Amino acid sequence: MADNGNSSKPMIELVDIHKSFGRQHVLEGVNLTVEQGKTTVIIGRSGGGKSVVLKHMIGLLKPDSGKVLVEGTDIARMGDRDLNEVRKKFGMLFQEAALFDSMNVAENVAFPLREHTRKKDREIMEIVRENLHSVGLPDVESKMPSELSGGMRKRVGLARALAMRPRIILFDEPTTGLDPVMTEAINELIIRTQKDFNLTCVVISHDIQSIFTVGHRIAMLYDGKIIEYGTPDEIRASRNPVLVQFLSGNLEGPISIL
Amino acid sequence: MNRIAQVIDQFGRSVLRGVEEMGSMLLLLISAIGWMVRPPLKLRLIFKQMEFVGVKSIFVVLLTGMFTGMVMALQGYYGFRMFSAESLVGSTVALGMTRELGPVLTSLMVTARAGSAMAAELGTMRVTEQIDALYVMAANPVKHLIVPRIVATVLMLPLLTVVSDFMGIIGGYFVGVPLLGINEGAFVKNITKYVDLSDIYNGLTKAAVFGLILALIGCYKGFNTKGGAEGVGRATTEAVVLASISILISDYFLTAIMF
Repeated sequence: MADNGNSSKPMIELVDIHKSFGRQHVLEGVNLTVEQGKTTVIIGRSGGGKSVVLKHMIGLLKPDSGKVLVEGTDIARMGDRDLNEVRKKFGMLFQEAALFDSMNVAENVAFPLREHTRKKDREIMEIVRENLHSVGLPDVESKMPSELSGGMRKRVGLARALAMRPRIILFDEPTTGLDPVMTEAINELIIRTQKDFNLTCVVISHDIQSIFTVGHRIAMLYDGKIIEYGTPDEIRASRNPVLVQFLSGNLEGPISIL
Repeated sequence: MNRIAQVIDQFGRSVLRGVEEMGSMLLLLISAIGWMVRPPLKLRLIFKQMEFVGVKSIFVVLLTGMFTGMVMALQGYYGFRMFSAESLVGSTVALGMTRELGPVLTSLMVTARAGSAMAAELGTMRVTEQIDALYVMAANPVKHLIVPRIVATVLMLPLLTVVSDFMGIIGGYFVGVPLLGINEGAFVKNITKYVDLSDIYNGLTKAAVFGLILALIGCYKGFNTKGGAEGVGRATTEAVVLASISILISDYFLTAIMF
């Protein structure tokens, strides 16, 4: 999967992002560039602020200071109306899929289409079927989210994220809590959709296997900063003690367990 | 000395928190009103909530109204008999129901049934990131979740109150006339004589205000839920308690203004 080609245009740039919750300083100057048409994986400790980084990219959280540039425009100080326009470029797959549990699968996938397009009902259902098919889930349209397994729910979430044909998809721990086979299936799906639609993807993960299969670029978040960034080969070869310890899962090293 | 300072400190803190909360509730209301007037109006969502808040509450409201009217007739009879004014039982029940008990009891029942459900549902949506999902899909959660609930509750509560008023008077009639033997003509005549149309209107206006209060508090508590399943439970309890208290307090002031 490694790709050592020249870096392409930046899609999202985080410039010196600081963010605190109460007294807890979670991000202490994050700088990160997400390249267009590439999959960037952010790794780091549980509770280390990876989701916080992701939520800044789509304006769910606003930084205390710093800039979030999406194709060159700063969304950190943007009003709701403009922000909604920017958000239409995005799709996001949440950790627990965040399907609306008052709606069935088809209605969930149809939701963004009903919101933002004037397509006829029949057309929408056509797109819904197509999207569910592309994530490998035919025949679940009338099921409720509570009737689905975790892996199925995530695939429906991906179908919903893809419905508006976004150019960027954010994945919040897409494989956490899944069995190894399902993990592999989701990884395959991410790789395939990324290629098929030429998407820019940002993936949060701490599943070491997935990182190297999915990512074109890998960034390590530690202590509120990005401490390493590079291609999978560069990351594998890195001598940074934090990264070495993280990848090997060693108890000894600079990362304290407490 | 230290103890006293601590108590004052605690008290000040809770007052500040209360004021802050009222402020954010008001802001939520303003934003809801803003989204209410901006098309498209989500009629389907409003109808769905009207069914939940209104249609599905009919049975409880019916029962509460009827038994309240019945017990009022029973108690009123006991009092009025002392000076042979039994024929006033009907108008007392009717006035009590339309001015006071119809709107208040209906709102309290709907708070328990629907206000709690609003807090729990929105709270669950918050902790499972469904509200974030709405933001991400460029769909405003205030418009999608809060506006339909507030509109539906404000519309349905007066209607439910009409049911409650009616059942209360009917209940009073059945206890008063056949059971206690009050003269039927006097019972009915005194109702029409002493109950003004404005009594009913004002009662229904109160009900609409209570509907706004309970829906706003239920939505606010749910929308701002933090901390998983425990947080959802806490939000639900707080919503019911706060809404019930607010309804009773505002009832006093509304009554003082109206009648």
